[in-house]
Amino acid sequence: MKKKLLGTLLSAAMVMSLLAGCGGAAADTAADTATAAVEEATDTAADAAEDAAAEVVEDTEAAADAVEEAAADAGSSDGGLISIGFAQVGHESDWRTASTKSCQDVFSEANGYDLSFVDCDNDEAAQKEAVRSFIEQGVDYIIIDPIIATGWDTVLTECEDAGIPVIVIDRTIDDSDKYVSWVGSNFLTEGKAAGEWLKAYAEKQGISEINALVISGSTGASAQIGRSDGFKEIADREGWTILDEQTGDFTEAGGQEVMESYCKSYEGKFNVVVCQNDNEAFGAMTAMDNAGVAYGPGNDVILISFDACTAGLEDVKAGKISADFECNPLAAPFVEQVIQQLQAGTTPDKEVYMEEHWYALPDQIVDFSIDGAAQTMTEVTDDVIAAQY
Amino acid sequence: MKTWNKIKSWPLFLPVLALLIVMAINIIHDAATGANPLSFFMISLRNTTTSGTILYGRIIDIINRGSEVAILAIGMTLVVSASAGTDISVGSVMSLCASFMCMMLAGYGVSSTTTLAVPLIVGLLCAIVMGLVCGAFNGTLVAHLSIQPMVATLILYSAARAIGLLLCNDLIVYVRNPSFAFIGAFLGPIPTPIIITAICIIVVSLMLKKTALGMYIQSVGINAKASRIAGLNSKLLIFLAYMLCGLFAAIAGIVASSRITSADSNNIGLYLEMDAILSVALGGNSLGGGKFNLAGSIIGAYTIQAITTTLYALGVSSIQAPVYKAIIVVIIVVIEAPPFKAFMNRWSASRAAAKGVRA
Repeated sequence: MKKKLLGTLLSAAMVMSLLAGCGGAAADTAADTATAAVEEATDTAADAAEDAAAEVVEDTEAAADAVEEAAADAGSSDGGLISIGFAQVGHESDWRTASTKSCQDVFSEANGYDLSFVDCDNDEAAQKEAVRSFIEQGVDYIIIDPIIATGWDTVLTECEDAGIPVIVIDRTIDDSDKYVSWVGSNFLTEGKAAGEWLKAYAEKQGISEINALVISGSTGASAQIGRSDGFKEIADREGWTILDEQTGDFTEAGGQEVMESYCKSYEGKFNVVVCQNDNEAFGAMTAMDNAGVAYGPGNDVILISFDACTAGLEDVKAGKISADFECNPLAAPFVEQVIQQLQAGTTPDKEVYMEEHWYALPDQIVDFSIDGAAQTMTEVTDDVIAAQY
Repeated sequence: MKTWNKIKSWPLFLPVLALLIVMAINIIHDAATGANPLSFFMISLRNTTTSGTILYGRIIDIINRGSEVAILAIGMTLVVSASAGTDISVGSVMSLCASFMCMMLAGYGVSSTTTLAVPLIVGLLCAIVMGLVCGAFNGTLVAHLSIQPMVATLILYSAARAIGLLLCNDLIVYVRNPSFAFIGAFLGPIPTPIIITAICIIVVSLMLKKTALGMYIQSVGINAKASRIAGLNSKLLIFLAYMLCGLFAAIAGIVASSRITSADSNNIGLYLEMDAILSVALGGNSLGGGKFNLAGSIIGAYTIQAITTTLYALGVSSIQAPVYKAIIVVIIVVIEAPPFKAFMNRWSASRAAAKGVRA
């Protein structure tokens, strides 16, 4: 039964590779390599029936390598395009849209890439199906922004067996390490940056006592945990008071309602408000306006925000947000570096942290360092805003 | 004793009692922490640079923030009464109407603007028309095709939000325009949403009091067949209830989106259908249709907001807040459950009897 199934699959694979070969310019080479791969795979199948499991693994790897070679050859026959499959989370925010656009811009045909893009609409099953279809297509590299952190081992094993390197971006995969690299933001560093900036800025302004209110993001999101922990680490070290921390769910309405309540509970007792994304900061600003609280550079209350989207930077420029700490959505250039390393045959780092910027107006720019690494802040100008996502 | 019985038999007794219990938590908390026990209830005037002199206080927050749920509760009460089912699409319809309006105001594909592409009134009308269309869609499925209300409204529950995202080109559309922001800000010292809610409540109450509409809807809800035989157009009445529900969802969507001067399709009205249904239940209305009490539903809506505001005021961590909210809701629902009421009546009757024997 098993042999019969294997035979059917193999003949299907042969027909597929022949069909693929017919479409290409160098039909012969592609078909030859594919046939070679299939032959080797057939050997493997024969071995599998008779030999021990350890050997099977070795042979499967050999077969996988052959398939990879075939795919690479087929790729080069298409005018040298590197084919990439990208399974994106969805399109729920401006940040996500910027992330998608970054990939489409970097992995364009003009740059020597052939990108298959799938928007998974926040459906984790659809995302795994998308990855499987990439394997069937025989792409050279797969990029995944995992909707959920678990349940990936089977799919990633399939990728590994097919010899396709997987690069994970933005969100993390917790239950498998069968990917080449993870490229994303270091939320803990973002949180620490906010803390260290506040320390340096408070010293410069001669503010001795910090009483902070935190409007956190969706509870349990990696951005919320990292930013809360990073800021709290500095606050504990410096002996600041964090009066309260409640969630605004990363939304403007949430930020508004939480700040409205803060203004009443802690009237006149706070001088720092930390919002864990720009949308919450927009809401907090409306609430403080309606409570007659003056905020921003030159006023009593220092307003700190994260994400640094275009609208957020406009408020930094308008002198409302004191400092904005970026969460870079433009992962594609960093992914490209990883791919180039792989093409050159070197091993990239398992974790690649993206370069991120800390934005403020000149008066709010101070020198600070995170864990000994000196930081430079970026001044917000019209050009910077125009270039931002 | 007689007045007490009179108060107890008042239909709004339990909903009001529930609201007062929630408020009382704040008095106890403030007294225990050494603050002014009535600080939760203090209303003052405050000068702001953006909105002039405005009313300021937690009670204002409750009435202001509770506006959307109160507006939704009006429509939900009518739907529950007429069709013995709930409209679970209202939250998504809110989001769709808000997205459509902001798309019209900003122009398609524009993600941030300070000037309006069309006059404000056109945008508002677009939202209202969209709400009516959604209501008519739900109404047709329920009234004319006799599909179970929850199944019928499940379609827009899942689809409306996605359509809104498509209209907004997958972006959050910011309409940072003062004339638009006004709807979610202040009219004189009073928050505009409060005024909009008041107008909605007054118009519907008048419609129900001055015409026979309220009675017709109740009779359809009690027995649709009998009402039809008695000469009422049952289908039209159920259809009308869903249309009105869609209309109020649109108004709630306008308010919610104006508060944040943007169309955040993913988050506007999220889970609000559940709050709207809960307010109908907290108002002492049966979800089995028939007799309804609009005032009860509206008090229910403000009770839900009072719980949220109270939890903020107590500084309950946001991770634990849903647990406390659930506990309070369970207590209120138990108090209002008919078997519990019957038990209390029997208990007081037996006590009265025992007193009589002793005397």
